[in-house]
Amino acid sequence: MNRMSWFNTVSLTLGFAFLYIPMIILIIFSFNESKLVTVWAGFSTKWYGELLQNQAFLDAAWVTVRVAVFSSTLATILGTAAAYVLVRGGRFFGRTLFSGMIYAPLVMPEVITGLSLLLLFIGIGLDRGILTIVLAHTTFSMCFVSVVVSSRLITFDQSLEEAALDLGCTAAQAFRLVTLPIIAPAVISGWLLAFTLSLDDLVIASFTSGPSATTLPIKIFSAVRLGVSPEINALSTLMIAVVTVGVITASLVTKRAMVRQKQDEMAAARAE
Amino acid sequence: MPLFPVRRTGAVLNSTVFAPWEDPQAKPLIQFQNVTKRFGEFTAIDNLSLDIFEQEFFALLGPSGCGKTTMMRMLAGFEKPSEGHILLGGQDIDPIPPNKRAVNMMFQSYALFPHLSIWENIAFGLRRDNMPKHDLEERVEEMLRLTRLEQFARRKPHQISGGQRQRVALARSLAKAPKLLLLDEPLGALDKKLRQDTQFELMDIQEKTGTTFVIVTHDQEEAMTVASRVAVMDQGKLMQVATPDKIYENPNSVYVADFIGDVNIIAGRATANGDETYQIDWAEGQTPLTASSASGVSNGQSCHLAIRPEKVTISAERPSEAINAVQGKVHDIAYLGNLSTYYVELANGTIMKAQTANTRRISRRSFTWEDPVWLSWTATAAVLLAD
Repeated sequence: MNRMSWFNTVSLTLGFAFLYIPMIILIIFSFNESKLVTVWAGFSTKWYGELLQNQAFLDAAWVTVRVAVFSSTLATILGTAAAYVLVRGGRFFGRTLFSGMIYAPLVMPEVITGLSLLLLFIGIGLDRGILTIVLAHTTFSMCFVSVVVSSRLITFDQSLEEAALDLGCTAAQAFRLVTLPIIAPAVISGWLLAFTLSLDDLVIASFTSGPSATTLPIKIFSAVRLGVSPEINALSTLMIAVVTVGVITASLVTKRAMVRQKQDEMAAARAE
Repeated sequence: MPLFPVRRTGAVLNSTVFAPWEDPQAKPLIQFQNVTKRFGEFTAIDNLSLDIFEQEFFALLGPSGCGKTTMMRMLAGFEKPSEGHILLGGQDIDPIPPNKRAVNMMFQSYALFPHLSIWENIAFGLRRDNMPKHDLEERVEEMLRLTRLEQFARRKPHQISGGQRQRVALARSLAKAPKLLLLDEPLGALDKKLRQDTQFELMDIQEKTGTTFVIVTHDQEEAMTVASRVAVMDQGKLMQVATPDKIYENPNSVYVADFIGDVNIIAGRATANGDETYQIDWAEGQTPLTASSASGVSNGQSCHLAIRPEKVTISAERPSEAINAVQGKVHDIAYLGNLSTYYVELANGTIMKAQTANTRRISRRSFTWEDPVWLSWTATAAVLLAD
């Protein structure tokens, strides 16, 4: 192994310190015995216990998970359909306009998206609650799904679909039996992306949530305004744990599949 | 290279030659009737008519962009003719979508479904027809046997070699027993050695199944090897449709002569000299050449002579009995192992190719660079093409 020069060592340390010191401090203090956040008084897990007793937090967490599941599923369906039409639909009237418009929310300030959704919901007289948050999150996360799925569709060999048609499939069957299974990894990662975006969204949710439904980020944000409690640290640590486990699992699965595919292909080439 | 294997056809068994295209009573399986296909301003197929018969192995041959792939995609149903009709078994198939046609296609990229096993790939088309389970299994096993893939049935496409993938693609497209099988550059992705073996395998399978095959290729050697008839295409038009030996020995135009194999083309002016014999003045101060031709050429018409290099004899002295003989000196020698091609520069600067089989070891070769030589050929060796 190459020994790293002092310059590389320093850059690496600085970079990672910058990224992770805040989170490490948060995790450490979630195990603090003391109620005072900045004073270390010994190791304890009591704040995790208290967290489980806090009904308001549990309710908010449940709302957040439901919103994330529903909105990411809706966004995945709409985003995949949009990507399919834009990549495969050939030239139709207004195609360029559509493809531009579908990506515009990616760069739109969230405050504006949130505000316009709020005006819409008030305008049509929809009571703010879980439904409005789901709709709002679907709106802004479907373009992310669409980006992920369309980049996969562009590299997708179109003759696979033609082969399916040639072998007797209708267009719908070809999509269900051939296209969808092959682009499934992109659709799943699109869903995960939408899920994460919904999970940690504060701005849009605060515009579109009502008194009946509060998401976890809103809850944490408003609790912190009254002062940081070790309970919040514990909650945040749990969220970090969930996200970390998810990301590591996903990347391990992908990596193993890639390694296996490569081995298979090499074995096949040798057998020739 | 010129000695293409002669095609064995199924009809040889009952001692009649397989040539339905010469039988006016024979009903063609496929008929292109004045088909034109345009993509915007571009005309891919230009008012083309063609009959293809049952059990034929028909090759569409031409450079890229000549329209051969468009012809195939129209047969498969992925494109519709802009004008004219395509008939399959007498029925107009223009309004029939690809999934309802008794036509299957083997794609250039093979288009195997990567998420399905070899077995499921082959079964895919049969499942769409809701074939009973028992029949389906039997049919898939039969296809696996035909293409010698039994031991790979459970593997996924990326777990087998390129040659095996090619066979899976063939098995999958044959599984539904189509009336017509389309093959789009089926051997393009294989290396040369494997390609030659696979050509014969394809011919075997075509004979065993009796399916009509239409193959698209830009490889003339491949077309000549496998096909019962070859259609040479250029810019959306058919240049010549004939058996491989006719295409090679009797090309109807300079384009076909030049596209198929190696050829010497000499431009000149023809004068009739007795029955079916012509004198061709080709260069100032040179003895006219003699060529026989059954097709009528009017006196004084400008024409081209096409002479295959292997029909040109190279010698140190002028052969006394030769009808056509020209003198030159060896400009270059291409040694191909089994053959040598001599590039001989004639007095007027023209380079003419002569090919000899290397039946002797290289050390005994008779000619070398700059040697003065004579090139000679018979009256029937050259094809006379009127302009």
